[in-house]
Amino acid sequence: MLIFERSRPGRRGAAGAPVQAGGASEIPPHQLRAKPPCLPEVSELDAVRHYTGLSQRNYSIDTHFYPLGSCTMKYNPRACNALAMLPQFLARHPGAPADTGQGFLACLFELQEMLKSVTGMAQVSLAPMAGAQGEFAGVAMIRAYHDSRGDAARDEILVPDAAHGTNPASAVMCGYRVREIPTDVDGNVDVTALGRAVGPRTAGLMLTNPSTLGVFERHIVEIGNIVHGAGGLLYYDGANLNAILGRVRPGDMGFDVIHINLHKTFSTPHGGGGPGAGPVGVNAVLAPFLPLPVVGQADEGFRLLDERDAPHSIGRLGAHLGNAGVLLRAYVYMRMLGAAGMRRVADFSTLNANYLMAELRRAGFQVAFPRRRASHEFIVTLKALRDETGVTAMDVAKRLLDKGFHAPTAYFPLLVPECLLIEPTETESKQTLDAFVAAMKEILEEARRDPQLVKGAPYTTPLRRLDEVKAARDPDLAWKPR
Amino acid sequence: MPFIPHTDQDIREMLAAIGVAAIGDLFDEIPPGLHASALAGMPPALSEMEIARLMDERAGRDGIWLNFIGAGAYEHHIPAAVWQIATRGEFYSAYTPYQAEASQGTLQVLYEYQTMMASLTALDVSNASLYDGASALAEAVLMAVRAHKSSRRVLMPLTVHPSWRRVVRTIVRNQGVEVIEIPYDTGAGSTSLEALGRWAGNELAAVVIPQPNFFGVLEPVDELADWAHANGALAIAAVNPTALALLKPPGEWGTRGADIAVGDGQPLGAPLAGGGPYFGFMTCRKDLVRQMPGRIVGATLDRDGRRGYVLTLQAREQHIRRAKATSNICTNQGLMATAATLYLALLGPAGLAGVARACHANTLALVSRLTGIRGIARAFSGASFHEAVLRLPVPVAPVLRALRAQRILGGCDLGQDYPELGHALLVCATETRTGDDIERYGAQLERLIDRPPRSAAGAAGRGS
Repeated sequence: MLIFERSRPGRRGAAGAPVQAGGASEIPPHQLRAKPPCLPEVSELDAVRHYTGLSQRNYSIDTHFYPLGSCTMKYNPRACNALAMLPQFLARHPGAPADTGQGFLACLFELQEMLKSVTGMAQVSLAPMAGAQGEFAGVAMIRAYHDSRGDAARDEILVPDAAHGTNPASAVMCGYRVREIPTDVDGNVDVTALGRAVGPRTAGLMLTNPSTLGVFERHIVEIGNIVHGAGGLLYYDGANLNAILGRVRPGDMGFDVIHINLHKTFSTPHGGGGPGAGPVGVNAVLAPFLPLPVVGQADEGFRLLDERDAPHSIGRLGAHLGNAGVLLRAYVYMRMLGAAGMRRVADFSTLNANYLMAELRRAGFQVAFPRRRASHEFIVTLKALRDETGVTAMDVAKRLLDKGFHAPTAYFPLLVPECLLIEPTETESKQTLDAFVAAMKEILEEARRDPQLVKGAPYTTPLRRLDEVKAARDPDLAWKPR
Repeated sequence: MPFIPHTDQDIREMLAAIGVAAIGDLFDEIPPGLHASALAGMPPALSEMEIARLMDERAGRDGIWLNFIGAGAYEHHIPAAVWQIATRGEFYSAYTPYQAEASQGTLQVLYEYQTMMASLTALDVSNASLYDGASALAEAVLMAVRAHKSSRRVLMPLTVHPSWRRVVRTIVRNQGVEVIEIPYDTGAGSTSLEALGRWAGNELAAVVIPQPNFFGVLEPVDELADWAHANGALAIAAVNPTALALLKPPGEWGTRGADIAVGDGQPLGAPLAGGGPYFGFMTCRKDLVRQMPGRIVGATLDRDGRRGYVLTLQAREQHIRRAKATSNICTNQGLMATAATLYLALLGPAGLAGVARACHANTLALVSRLTGIRGIARAFSGASFHEAVLRLPVPVAPVLRALRAQRILGGCDLGQDYPELGHALLVCATETRTGDDIERYGAQLERLIDRPPRSAAGAAGRGS
């Protein structure tokens, strides 16, 4: 039932009511609203019960193992939330001067410093409000760099065919053409093809390492040399930083500009699809182009740097200073882990992924790159199973929901057929991984014994399989009163 | 080990199953020269108790201020239930609802959200939210350019929030979009048809119409929307959602209504929080939906014929269309949209209108108190919603600094962005300000104007 269907004319909650609900008005009558908006009229209890009930129709990290590849669904420590929501931080107006928020700004400044330390970059801006916005900022800085040198011929961004869809979309938003680079049989960028693709039109290469195929890009040094040799810059998509945190730094790999997904590697909540945060880091050459604001430190304390401090900045990405509350959560998380904890993230996420990969192979599943180590994630391909039984990756994903697990990412990356991209993260125990393997094994047996059972899944979720084709063909995007 | 559950025995068994001797062996594909040594500058770990103490201390040092700043972010009372429910783990720690059957909670909330926002703006459809109001405006500009096909020129009044204009510039700069700034009527403080007039007859993709505008002043929205349409341009409304409880919604502006509405959703349940996270909202006419960026939720049926919700119209999006997507946007601001849905459900139509009326009345009371001080006057003749520009007889920055000594944030100094206005101060009083608060501000400001702070004669200081 929708909240609108619970509505009764005249019923209302009191929690939002102001002390004085009225008084003088100077709004001309022709500017006034004639008909009130369609908002529900419910009591506070109605609303609390309705939304508590809806929450229970979700799978989440707090309730289920959530091995969604490429999304790093690790535990979101409650302390991060509690400390970011201290009343003074929540009450802080973004326009309040720096001298009224030195504690707040100290956290953000130190977050910049810690991100520099773990990535090996010279400068960081916290401004981007999501990974995709970080990508946009990163590519915009690449463009600003070439423009500053009068090098206007560079109109192409190279992107491996395994990349996230955001990479080419971000490049296009910065006015670039996109050229795809193929992947070799072991999941590496095809270096020969890259060598042929680069030239005076190359603005840069966007690369995720470890890649979305769940393997470390072994030729990274050579790739860097090829791109730099052609005058292009190297962009690091931080989607998979979790796999190498504290062990390998993007700056040391030769990347010129990076973005970091705080909602992945630094455990800020995904919130049902945001808010995230996508800080960008750069080497010293690109530092003048960083998006604003950046937190600076001077004798009088911390303050936000603006256009007067950074006239070559690519500009602003949001009205204020980014998703500050998300940044505070990441700050608390990083302080709780400390230097030793950073490396443990890479160690145990990699241990879990390689263990799960080994156990699933033992259980009869085929992995996409059997000759490679897993990074913090790996790909199972169900092409053989589909050919044998008709059961697809989507069917297996739905059946996992019945077994009490959120499904892995299905059908991404696009170049591996019938794939599941599985990322267990470091915060899951061996016992949880073993239970997942047992469930996958059961599904494999079910697929062979009774494929229709698997194809009909899920059965135990609040709803059975939903008709996405109908939703797109006949869009119903808002409720209307009958 | 914080947040890592492995026992020594687990580790031994797992390594044996993989067939390696040590965790380090799992990194043997990484070229040896790339392995990082110790992380310089990374502090040692703190326990939960230690970090709690540090954060408490820093929050305590910052304190809580009596706030009269608006300028795009507004202090509102947020019912306790909003964040108690929104931070339930089932909402807080879920991801984008790719597996619809396991995400009906988030999906239904977003469908309800879309319904509320479409109704609030009186337009047909809403997406599931964007990053913030400023970036939503940039996306609306790009959407209008895509929809128009031949013109890439957009008119942007100077009465649009200066930061929003900067964001639009950053985001559309590399796509050949021409953003033309339109001056305002210095008497009324709003955009006049005369200022638009010189662009009549040119091909235009869109006209941006803020309501209320950055000065808090109501724009002649009916005339501006009609002018846009008469000149073949789309009308993009940039609106404050609280104000829409009282003001004519964008879908009803002029004869045809605005085509796209955007705004910052912060007033709907998001705490000020130093600048974010907030969310941007975007609604539009039905025929523009395939040009809309961001996630959209639609209703459908399951195998048993029961109503349910899924992400839909994904052929617009980057994970399907890649380089040809409407935007690079991946996530929305789901949790903020969840909070907004809770906020709107808890307030209802009467509650939201009550808040809007209280904001308006309190701002009028504040303006009346402050303009009662000798030398202070309203800068503009146009009617306001919940903000107003005042002209002071002395420079603003030193006055604001002196007010801070009394724990008062006195408003937003317009000197940097609108130097032509002289000593101009943008003030705001929402429903959270009481008569006593307003009197406290009035009394302090009166004292300062009568006996200006010593530095008042000097230039405006940095960072104030």
